Formats: sequence, C-alpha cells, structure tokens
Amino acid sequence: MKTYHPLRELTLARLREFLREPEAVFWTYGFPLMLAVGLGIAFRDRPVEIVHVDVQQTAGAADVVAQLSSRNDLVVKTHGAAECRERLRLGTSSLVVVPGDPVTYVFDPSRPESALARARVDDILQRAAGRQDPVRTAEARVTEPGSRYIDFLIPGLLGMNLMGGSMWGVGFVIVDMRVKKLLKRLAATPMTRASFLWSLAGSRLLFMLPELLVIMGTGVLLFGMPVRGNWLAILTLALLGAVSFAGLGMLAACRAERIETVSGLMNVIMVPMWLLSGTFFSSERFPDLLQPFIQALPLTLLNHALRAVILEGASLASQGWRVLALAGWGLVPFGLSLKWFRWN
Amino acid sequence: MADDASVAGSVTTAEAAARAVRCTALTKHYRSKAGPVHAVNGLDLEIRVGECFGLLGPNGAGKTTTIEILEGLLAPTSGDVEVLGRHWGSHDDDLRQRLGISLQETRFQDKLSVLEVLTLFRSFYRRGLEPADVIALVGLTEKASAWVGKLSGGQRQRLAVACALVGDPELLFLDEPTTGLDPQSRRQLWEVIRAFRRRGRTIVLTTHYMDEAERLCDRVAIVDRGQVIALGSPAGLIASMGGAHVIEFACAPGAAPAPADLAALPSVRDVVAGAGDTALTVSEPHVAVPALLGLLQARRAELLRLTTRHVSLEDVFMHLTGRHLRDEDVSPA
Repeated sequence: MKTYHPLRELTLARLREFLREPEAVFWTYGFPLMLAVGLGIAFRDRPVEIVHVDVQQTAGAADVVAQLSSRNDLVVKTHGAAECRERLRLGTSSLVVVPGDPVTYVFDPSRPESALARARVDDILQRAAGRQDPVRTAEARVTEPGSRYIDFLIPGLLGMNLMGGSMWGVGFVIVDMRVKKLLKRLAATPMTRASFLWSLAGSRLLFMLPELLVIMGTGVLLFGMPVRGNWLAILTLALLGAVSFAGLGMLAACRAERIETVSGLMNVIMVPMWLLSGTFFSSERFPDLLQPFIQALPLTLLNHALRAVILEGASLASQGWRVLALAGWGLVPFGLSLKWFRWN
Repeated sequence: MADDASVAGSVTTAEAAARAVRCTALTKHYRSKAGPVHAVNGLDLEIRVGECFGLLGPNGAGKTTTIEILEGLLAPTSGDVEVLGRHWGSHDDDLRQRLGISLQETRFQDKLSVLEVLTLFRSFYRRGLEPADVIALVGLTEKASAWVGKLSGGQRQRLAVACALVGDPELLFLDEPTTGLDPQSRRQLWEVIRAFRRRGRTIVLTTHYMDEAERLCDRVAIVDRGQVIALGSPAGLIASMGGAHVIEFACAPGAAPAPADLAALPSVRDVVAGAGDTALTVSEPHVAVPALLGLLQARRAELLRLTTRHVSLEDVFMHLTGRHLRDEDVSPA
C-alpha cells in the first residue's frame, strides 16, 4: 500500500498551485528579470554628454566658432540674437555666447547642462587667449565592473524580490485559504500545525532558488556583474532572507480575515523598506537621525550583506551580526504568529 | 480521559460504547454589534453508534454552531460534550483520526485535481481508504484528474464528502451536505450517505430540508432557537401529530366554516386556520374529504382550492412553532 506523508503532500500541493498560476510565476520570476534589464539599460554607461552651444551672429563670432569647433563634446551653431534666445528658452541649446569684450555667457545656472556648457566654453576660450594653469593635473578614469550602478542595483533587486516573494507567497496564501474556509477544514483533520507551516516555508525556499538564479544570472551574464564572494555564502543569505520574510508574512496573515487586510498590512511593512533599505539608491542618503532605524530594517540588513558578499567578496562570518539580526526578524514574528494564528 | 466512559456514574461501559455523541446543557453565546446572541441555548443530545442522526431546523436555529462544537472547532460557552467516549481538549489528534467532517462552504484549491486534493487529505490520516476508491465511492471517477475549479456545485459537494470519508471515519459530520444542489446531485449524495450507514457507521448531519431528514435519518432532533424542541424518528414525530394526512383548502373570503365546526367533522385531529388556507390533520382522508365537501355544500361556501397530502416534518415544525421551516417560505406578513 502507498504511504502518504503530510509534509510532502502539503508541499507538493503548494508547488502545483504555484506553477499552475501563470500570474504568480510572472511576478516571482518575470517581473524582477524585466526590472533588472530595464534599469540596467536605463542606467548603462553613457558616452560623455554632448552640449549644444549657440554663438550670437556679431563681429568676432567666426573666431569663437573656430576655437570651439576643435572640441568633440560641443555642438556649435551660429544664429541671430532673437533666434539664439528662442533656442535657449526651448532648451534646444544650453548656452548662448555673445562675442565681444567682455564675452557674455547667457544661460540659466540652475540647468546642470548649461553650467557644464559654460565651464567648457570658458575653459576653451581662456586657454585660446593664452591662460596658463598653475597646477598640473592628471586623470584616471574608472568604469570597471563592480562600481557601476547596475552592480549596486542587482543585489538590491535580489533582496527586494526575496522580501516580496516570501511575504506574498506566505501571507497571501494563508489568508486566501482562510477566506475559502480551507484553513478551518484543515484544522478539522489530524494534520499538525507544524507540518502545515513547514510546508509553506519549504515551498517558499524551493521557489526562491530559480529567483536567485534569474536575478544573479541577469547580472552576471547580461551586465557582467562580478561575483567576488562565495556562492554558498550568497545562497545561505538568500535562504535566510526568504525564511525571515516568510515569518513576517505569516505574522501579517495570522489573523487577517480578508485579502485586503493582509495586502494593506504587507504594504505597510514593505513600502518603507523599498525606499529606505537601499534597493535603488544608497540608504546612506537619508539623515543621520534615521540611520539606526534604517540599518536595523531586515531588508537593509539583507541588502548590505548581499552587496558585501557579492561585490566585495566578504565572508559570511564578517556579516555575523547582520545574519543574526535577520534571523531574529524571522524568528520573533514566526513565534508571535504561532501564538496568534487563527484557523477559523 | 479515555476512562471517562467507565467512571461516568451509573452508565455502563456497554451503554457508553453504543453512544457516539452526548452533549448536555450545551450553550454558546456570542457578542455581536446587535447585542449578545444565544446561538445554542441549553441543548441536550444523545446519538447512538450506527444511526444516521439529523439536526433539522430553520436557518439560524443553531445547527451549525452545535455541530461545530461537536466537531471540536468551536468551544462551547458551557455544557459537556463527549464524542466517541472522549472530551475535546486532550488527545484531540486521536479523536480527529476517527472523525470525518464536511463543513458548509469549504472551497478546495481550484488548481488541484480531485485526486490531488484527496491524496492530500488522505496523508493526514494514519489509516484510511485509497483516494481512487473514495473517488469511485462518490461517483467522481471521470473527474479524478479534473481541476477542482472546473467542477459543478454538486461535484464539489461530493468532493467535500469524499474528503470526509478518506480517513475511513467511525463518525461522519455533514453540515448541510445538499444545500443548493439539484435533485439528481442530492440523490447521489444520499446514496453515498446510506452506503456509509450500511457499514454500521454513525452519521450526524444538519439540514433544513424536511424530505432529506425523512428519507435519510433514523432519528431527528428538531432545533429551534438553540434548543431541541422535538426528538424522535421521522415516522414517530409525524405520528405524534395524531393523523397521517393533511387536507388543505381555501374558500372565498368570509365563507370558510368556523374551526369548531371543522374540528367536529369525522376523523379530523387538528385544525390550523391560516390567513387564507385552512389545514386539517386527519387520520382517514376518505372519510374526512366527503364530510368536508358536504359541510361546504350545506353552507354554500365556494371552494377555491383543495389538496391532500401526507403529514411531513414541516407540519410537525409548524405545529410546534407556528412558523415555516424554511425562510423563503415565510410570508412577509
């Protein structure tokens, strides 16, 4: 006779339900892939910015144009006074140069490209007039992998996705089953609470593996992101993150009776972390006063640890306190939700 | 707790073993916005092993609350509950292994197949039936690999009963198993329940269909406002009305004879005069009908309608409460 194991059957049921729900599969795997590709393309390394400069048609204009055309980062055109002002106003050009003595720069200093154009043009004209620079300078240009925006972004996207996947994958599923009165029906069987909750956590860990591969694969294969740390350490962090956020998702869902309630609760938990926890830009940008709070958030802990391991090759041990704090973020809500869980 | 049955006063072990469920002075009170609700209000029951027992009553009578207390899903406010010789609160797992439960309105996972849902439920029980066998038992073999989301209402209800049967329970609880089903689906479910009963197992079901209770149940408790107002076999309860038939008739307004005159007719046991219709409970319709027609002819009362039928549990309920069993039958007056 066949043997039946409740934990195996519960986990299988979750896997089947997930894989048969195209929307869930898209939001877990397709969406982060699109986000990574989209943002990666938007913030890829661009060539040096070209600025448009107009020279007003007066005496000496030809000389100025000749001096400026030696540069390939400027596009120089000559127009009448009125037309120059019109083009400046519309943003077609960033700067109008009126030759004479003094040479007059007409521009809006609050426009970054105008300030850039003024500095470039002034530099060229001064040098052409014979200015000598008293300090010798040299440039070392840095665009190597590991310090670009996309390298910053990929570990953050991984962290954010682990959070969203775990919270929705556990919180939504629990409340959906409660709404359907399936939780109550399960409570009427000899099924143990432990096997039910373990099946949710276990299936979440299984869904997490392809998620990790999709995001890391996009970073490494498409954008050449370096992976300087140990893959086992990255996997461990991802597992820990998934489990911790599963605990928070369970807490959000432990008493909610409607999908709207649990959605609201989870958004209250997640949206601040999207902004504060350094997913799309560094969390250091927020005021010092907020830093102790921000650094203690689970997503900040996870993002920082992931970046340290992936980009800097840090060991898991060096992230010890973050690992412990993250585990605490999982265990405490899990314990509370066990206590407060409502089957009816 | 396993010894409870043998230490319970004068009750012998044999009597306790023949008893599937007993509850005494059961109450369940809720707080609601409209004030306290006494869903169950001092309810006593004793259900024997091997019988099909029905809780019959209108919506809101406390049937579901009662059955969920028996199932161990709700805690009573007060009162004593004993199921298969045990009390809820200790060794619940052992008890759950021996019970099969079908709740009102459970929705199983839409994207799992019938076989997958039953395999899942089978895995919770130490011993039980093979999922494929239970599927055959409830007549869903053709749908075994269909997703739950694609099933009709009747098929889902049979799946819910299959999930209750898959642990091969000694005691089966069914809460409104056929509500909202078409006649064919109802008959199919009745057959499943009868087959379970023929194997000597016990069934407790709630229903607000009197015909269901009459055809399926060995005994019924009529429940109203959280209390048992009548208890017995369907035939016994019907016999308690004093006659086996009901004659219902209506006359033109103002022409109906007085109740006292009707009660004096031969074979009439009871007269219930309604707003338009008058109902007579009679033991011998072949005697009562000609006498009634003779009376109406003598009074020159115009007869608008005349029907005769067997007494049903509905009449018992009306006799006891003055109200109809089903909400939808209640006139707005």
